[in-house]
Amino acid sequence: MSARRIFARPARFAAIAPYLWMVLFFLVPFGFVLKISLSQTAIAQPPYTPVFDFTEGRAALAAAFAQLSFDNFRLLISDNLYILSYLRSLVVAVTATLILLLIGYPIAYGMARLPQRWQGVAMMLVIVPFWTSFLIRIYAWINILQHDGLLNQVLLALHIVSAPVVWLSTDSAMYLGIVYSYLPFMILPLYATLSRMDASLLEAAGDLGASPLQAFWLVTFPLSLPGVGAGALLCFIPIVGEFVIPDLLAGSNSLMIGQTLWLEFFTNKDWPVASAAAVALLLLLVPPLVLYDRLQRRQLEANS
Amino acid sequence: MPLLRIEGVAKSFGNFRAVDKLSLDIRAGEFFALLGPSGCGKTTLLRMLAGFETPDEGRILLGGSDIAQVLPHERPVNMMFQNYALFPHLSVRDNIAFGLKRAGMARRDIAGRVAEMVALVKLEGMEKRKPDQLSGGQRQRVALARSLARRPQVLLLDEPLAALDKKLRESTQGELMELQRRLGMTFIIVTHDQEEAMTMAGRIGVMDAGRLVQVATPRNLYEAPASRWIAEFVGDINLFNGEVTSRENGRLTVATPDAGRLAVSELWPPVTRQVVAVAIRPEKVKLSRRAPATDGGASQAINRLEGVVTDVNYLGGVTSYRVKLETGAVVRASMANTARLDVDAYLAGQRVVAWFTADDCLVLEQ
Repeated sequence: MSARRIFARPARFAAIAPYLWMVLFFLVPFGFVLKISLSQTAIAQPPYTPVFDFTEGRAALAAAFAQLSFDNFRLLISDNLYILSYLRSLVVAVTATLILLLIGYPIAYGMARLPQRWQGVAMMLVIVPFWTSFLIRIYAWINILQHDGLLNQVLLALHIVSAPVVWLSTDSAMYLGIVYSYLPFMILPLYATLSRMDASLLEAAGDLGASPLQAFWLVTFPLSLPGVGAGALLCFIPIVGEFVIPDLLAGSNSLMIGQTLWLEFFTNKDWPVASAAAVALLLLLVPPLVLYDRLQRRQLEANS
Repeated sequence: MPLLRIEGVAKSFGNFRAVDKLSLDIRAGEFFALLGPSGCGKTTLLRMLAGFETPDEGRILLGGSDIAQVLPHERPVNMMFQNYALFPHLSVRDNIAFGLKRAGMARRDIAGRVAEMVALVKLEGMEKRKPDQLSGGQRQRVALARSLARRPQVLLLDEPLAALDKKLRESTQGELMELQRRLGMTFIIVTHDQEEAMTMAGRIGVMDAGRLVQVATPRNLYEAPASRWIAEFVGDINLFNGEVTSRENGRLTVATPDAGRLAVSELWPPVTRQVVAVAIRPEKVKLSRRAPATDGGASQAINRLEGVVTDVNYLGGVTSYRVKLETGAVVRASMANTARLDVDAYLAGQRVVAWFTADDCLVLEQ
């Protein structure tokens, strides 16, 4: 009896630990953000009202609670700036994810078909750039893309262009930066699905009269869809909220929601509106997150 | 002209010669088994017939035309894979229809053929299931139906029953034979299980180290193996090395260190070597408490070996005995348990005479 109790306590803790983590580091901070998003901006410290003060009794708390309103969310819907930012984020994320898929799939497919001993090498080549700081790699791109940067020098030397082309501060530069940064997140899940695929399935398809191209579309591709889904969501979700890459590489005429949020928070010092934008962004990302979770679970079940 | 003619086909992987200049004819409507230990090249040969490997040299003639370099999807042969290789994302119906759709069959005909195949392998009602919702035996049937659906000229079966348990394997063997007879199709099966090969195949090709060492009916393979290796690979056998000392009226006398002088009947072609092995299958060795009387007839010469029973293994249908001779050699004998109450069973430690006729012996030269 006592032996079981000793054993049960850590086991029970292990079972609730993830939930404890979620509550402490996700739900509680989210509660703060949600509360601020319902407050009004103020020139004060902290820069919003009301402030819940738990020392002043129940009546004061109730009064503070009554001050909360959805005004900031109304502002988000009524002001074009926010709606356009959300739309741009979605467009950028969808476009970038599609480009990533088009580039990442052939790479992952090629990796999965390499001889076993070369697969590890290929995997290293995909991962090694990540050993350098992300910011340094983006700054390197700025160097390459700038007016007298490497790219323009090469293009001029090869007489492909007669005058330097503007690369930096364009959408192309931003897409380049996003695709470059997120490519491993697309390749790795795809590679994981493709390398696990039973080679005899392709032989069976060939045996039954499918050409190699038909075998790919009828067998390989449908069976790799869980990997496609996982890779796409793994890229799409963070790209929607991406701030650094568009800020450094894209022009300033249209903003992604991450940039708008940053502006509200640090330039306008409007914490409540920034918080409302963050809450709205989270709500926007809940459906794809749920989808990702479901895909993951299905893959786990398929593997067991 | 046979349906399938394999001519001097060879295939190497690096330095390993998997198939070594092998030639074989297979007739239309035949149930042929390729039998051999693992690594003997039987699967490589089958994969060359399916088109998954291309031979380094030689020709594979199907109905007179060379298909050695034809891609798998353009060959009129189909294969049933050892792991079945069912498409996990497709239902039973779509798995079976896969090859028909690639062949450009009309939709209505596909539905008809699929229904026919489903009925053939008795999977009615399972059409909408996915492979992971089927039992092992059901998956095996889907794989069979899928490979038969295109009505191939030759069906290749790679260890088709290896994943089934013994009872299911035996009943499926019968069904496969019945199916092959009914469809009149040519089946080539690869197996390492000699009992399976003997049960199902009309002819068996035994492979060793990339070569065909004997092609024969099951009976001839067992009763007249071409070499010592085959004799030992197919079934159990007692072997006594010795030298031919005399020869008269088709009767050889072989002097063996282990079992003394043995009289054996000489078959065609005559034995040319001096150093030979005398082989006798355990079930042809009889045991008795006393030496049997010698029959005067020339063909009934009897070899008698006296010894002590050391092991008795009761296996249900038969009991196998090990008898140790005075020379230290061991003779294995097995006897059918024809009566439920066996008063004649021998016990370990008992002195017995193991005897067999000259006609039941084989003389193996290599």
